[in-house]
Amino acid sequence: MIKHKKPDAFYDTFERKGAGQQTTHYCPGCGHGTVHKMIAEAIDEFGVRDRTIFCSPVGCSVFAYYYFDTGNIQCAHGRAPAVATGMRRVHDDAVIISYQGDGDLAGIGTAEIIHAANRGENITVFFVNNAIYGMTGGQMAPTTLIGQHTLTTPTGRSAAIDGNPIGMCELISALSAPVYVERVSLGDGNRVLKARRAVRKALKNQIDGVGFSFVEILSPCPINWKLTPMDARKWLIENLEPAFPVKSFRDTGTPGAVATARATREPSRPIPDDELVKLLGSQSEIETIDRVTGLPEQRVKIAGFGGQGVLSAGILLANCAISEGLHATWLPSYGPEMRGGTANASVIVSEESIGSPLVDEPTTLIALNGPSIDAFEGSVVPGGLIVANSSLIDRGPARGDIRYCMIPASKIAQDIGFQGAANVVLLAAYAAIAGFPAIDILRRVIPHALKKKDLVDLNLQMVDAAVAFVAEHPVAAPSTAPQPIR
Amino acid sequence: MASAPSNTNVRNFVRIDSCLCKGCKVCVETCPKHCLVIGSKMNQLGYQYARFEKETCTACGLCFYSCPEPGAITVYRNEPADREDV
Amino acid sequence: MKQLMKGNEAVVHGALVGGATHFFGYPITPASEIAHAAADFFPRTGRHFLQAESEVAAINMIYGAAGAGARTMTASSGPGVSLMAEGLSYIAGAELPCVIVDVQRAGPGLGNIWPEQSDYNMVVKGGGHGNYHNAVYAPNSAQEMCDMTARAFDIADRYRVTVFILSDAYIGQMMEPVEIPDSVHHAPTKPWALGATPETRDNLITSIHMSTADQAAHNWKLKAKYDQMEAEITDWEEVFTDDAETLFVAFGITARICLTAVQRLRARGVRAGLLRPRTLFPFPRTRIAELVEQGPVREIAVVELNDGMMADDVQLAAPSLRVHRLNWLGGQVPTAEQVLDMAAQKAGQR
Ligand SMILES: Cc1ncc(C[n+]2csc(CCOP(=O)(O)OP(=O)(O)O)c2C)c(N)n1
Ligand code: SF4
Ligand code: SF4
Ligand code: SF4
Ligand SMILES: [Mg+2]
Repeated sequence: MIKHKKPDAFYDTFERKGAGQQTTHYCPGCGHGTVHKMIAEAIDEFGVRDRTIFCSPVGCSVFAYYYFDTGNIQCAHGRAPAVATGMRRVHDDAVIISYQGDGDLAGIGTAEIIHAANRGENITVFFVNNAIYGMTGGQMAPTTLIGQHTLTTPTGRSAAIDGNPIGMCELISALSAPVYVERVSLGDGNRVLKARRAVRKALKNQIDGVGFSFVEILSPCPINWKLTPMDARKWLIENLEPAFPVKSFRDTGTPGAVATARATREPSRPIPDDELVKLLGSQSEIETIDRVTGLPEQRVKIAGFGGQGVLSAGILLANCAISEGLHATWLPSYGPEMRGGTANASVIVSEESIGSPLVDEPTTLIALNGPSIDAFEGSVVPGGLIVANSSLIDRGPARGDIRYCMIPASKIAQDIGFQGAANVVLLAAYAAIAGFPAIDILRRVIPHALKKKDLVDLNLQMVDAAVAFVAEHPVAAPSTAPQPIR
Repeated sequence: MASAPSNTNVRNFVRIDSCLCKGCKVCVETCPKHCLVIGSKMNQLGYQYARFEKETCTACGLCFYSCPEPGAITVYRNEPADREDV
Repeated sequence: MKQLMKGNEAVVHGALVGGATHFFGYPITPASEIAHAAADFFPRTGRHFLQAESEVAAINMIYGAAGAGARTMTASSGPGVSLMAEGLSYIAGAELPCVIVDVQRAGPGLGNIWPEQSDYNMVVKGGGHGNYHNAVYAPNSAQEMCDMTARAFDIADRYRVTVFILSDAYIGQMMEPVEIPDSVHHAPTKPWALGATPETRDNLITSIHMSTADQAAHNWKLKAKYDQMEAEITDWEEVFTDDAETLFVAFGITARICLTAVQRLRARGVRAGLLRPRTLFPFPRTRIAELVEQGPVREIAVVELNDGMMADDVQLAAPSLRVHRLNWLGGQVPTAEQVLDMAAQKAGQR
């Protein structure tokens, strides 16, 4: 009877390869083929060929998809762990293998492997460490030994210039999430059998949903080491193994072992369409009331210190506009300015669709502090309006061709009991003067726009106080004829 | 520990597909029973391929696992001793 | 019922009704609100959100998820999109569908976080190595951020391409009323994808074509696909072009500003019009050529927040006219009046 034969997880003939459709493209004595065989055998043994997806790297094993009769995806250099992560999120039951060389995994792809390991992705990584860039003809790898000659270290790798070889098992096992980390060797027959057990365990872990498994395989590259296949194995045992200890670094996947840091992720399925539509459509409860038309375009600049509620006053205004069935844009100044400096919001409300959202010539300026009125007073259109917080502005109007409402908003807000609502006092004053938004709409929108519901009453009191103030202090018409701006 | 069959009607053997062997000699050096040798003939790929020679094979599989080629080596156990298609 | 929201938030609403199931993100101003909203909505609706360790990882997670058949996306700004160049090229080569939102900021380098449209060449011409294109939509409102993102997933699946939503800091940060579409799109069945099933076991996702003949055939196939896209999905908006003698061409935020500029010119009796490409690849070059050859257009002004990247494409479409380049850089955004001033100045230089 047949005891050992070519595993079924290999294609019968390697059609994708083109010429020589029975043999691999690897050099005689290369370790890659040996590792492939162990993986293929394990896939057979666990009966997971149909649901296996093999991520091949860039390196000599770039063509692993010639051989594995599984789903295959060829990844950019070093990125296979990220690709595997993406697949993992789509298919909970796929068996995902990331197969990588030392240039791929320990060089260009260091970030991707570390983070996939740290997330404890339930994938299996086979890391073929041959201490060289095989595919590109034998340049230094991150795992090249000190003194080892390569095309890019012609006089031998120097720690002073190139740093020391990287131990990836050491790095990966410094993280808490991986459940299985082992370094094995292809130095001789018995080592190969040990490697085979590690390969099986690493795959079994994933199938059992245990978590991230990482097997580093010290593997010969006779061609670039410039040794015969057998001398390469001898060199591997004598030189690579002392630098890269062959041992198990972590094995918490076996039954009874210590619980690991990996938290299992529940599979999730999208909610039904109607629920989604309902969720997305019902976030705002503000109802639309179509208003009698005739409102001229309102271009409002609201300005003050960051933290005075400049941006939120603008949002409140824009929400009122929607509620009246009007078009609206809200454009913030944002970024570093928000952190302590000045802030301003530009709001346009119109019956027509709005072109530029920039407010360079406001019809109304709402100024919450002194610097704001200084900055924008000159830009208000002739005949326009300025509503200013006289509590924080110690000067009077500078122009005769516009209207002013100087209202002690901070004081009013403070007297009511919440100084932070001066912005609402100013906005309500503007509403009372401009006739937009209608005060009843403003009152109706406030409860929806406020995140802190316990402040609703206070804010409604702000509106009342502002309306009363405007009634007591009617805004005078411009004292002079309109003049050109600036 | 695997051992060669004591029953003389059956035997273990290894079949090496001469077309798929790259003559790397890894199997030859790996076999603890020295059952394999590199022959003098060359295959289509230009490699002097390995051959199974001795009957002391224990079907341990070391040669199979060490060989880098997927289909070069097949290991048989307890096959009829008179089987000829090897 | 319309809702007031930022363009960036509208993207996520559009993505959800567009059938997106997997979002892989990395924060960057001025695109971060997209990741924030995705992190909120995707898990709540049974979808997946993952913050990647970098944009390099994010685009490769997309490569994996798209290869596995999912509707997947990310959002970033220039520095992040630069990092994605490699992945975008692989995605194009392997013909995977995905959606990327670029909320442009000023560059080069770290630049600043104010609006520019200077990723035009990177995104419209491809971005990574090799012969390929992305489909590129240029929204100019929060509503279009929503609608174009929703549609992008269908386009991505139809042609198996990356679809970019090329936005900018203002369109992303601006709040406007948005009507959320009430029908949800879904991915078609994808027999080519890796389904981890017996039926899909033989599938291979790769961008490798070892023989020159195979690579050539593949590249010509991609080219044919891009030509087909030009015939089928080129999209633009025209305002007052019937009798326009002065034609403004602009996309995104500058198109909004140009609309105001054109309206002001009309009010002054000037025959001005606006052509706003809604797709930058495919580019409405045929329509521009038509307007120039058959219409009364006498001059073209291309208004951009870059040094004239789209103007090059407009000039190619209208070789008989000298195209005026009205450019602002560094995050400076012109007012409509500034656009009109510069237009007058350029016209006077003729
Ligand atoms: C982005 C990028 N940079 C460089 C290369 C060239 N390249 C191909 S393979 C390789 C090194 C592969 O070495 P390793 O990962 O150790 O695999 P091996 O061939 O040794 O198995 C390099 C640098 C590439 N394909 N892509
Ligand atoms: S170059 Fe080295 S790693 Fe690559 S196939 Fe040859 S022996 Fe193997
Ligand atoms: S199976 Fe074991 S004993 Fe038999 S040839 Fe192979 S290595 Fe030698
Ligand atoms: S190990 Fe395999 S390839 Fe190498 S000589 Fe033996 S049979 Fe041939
Ligand atoms: Mg290597």
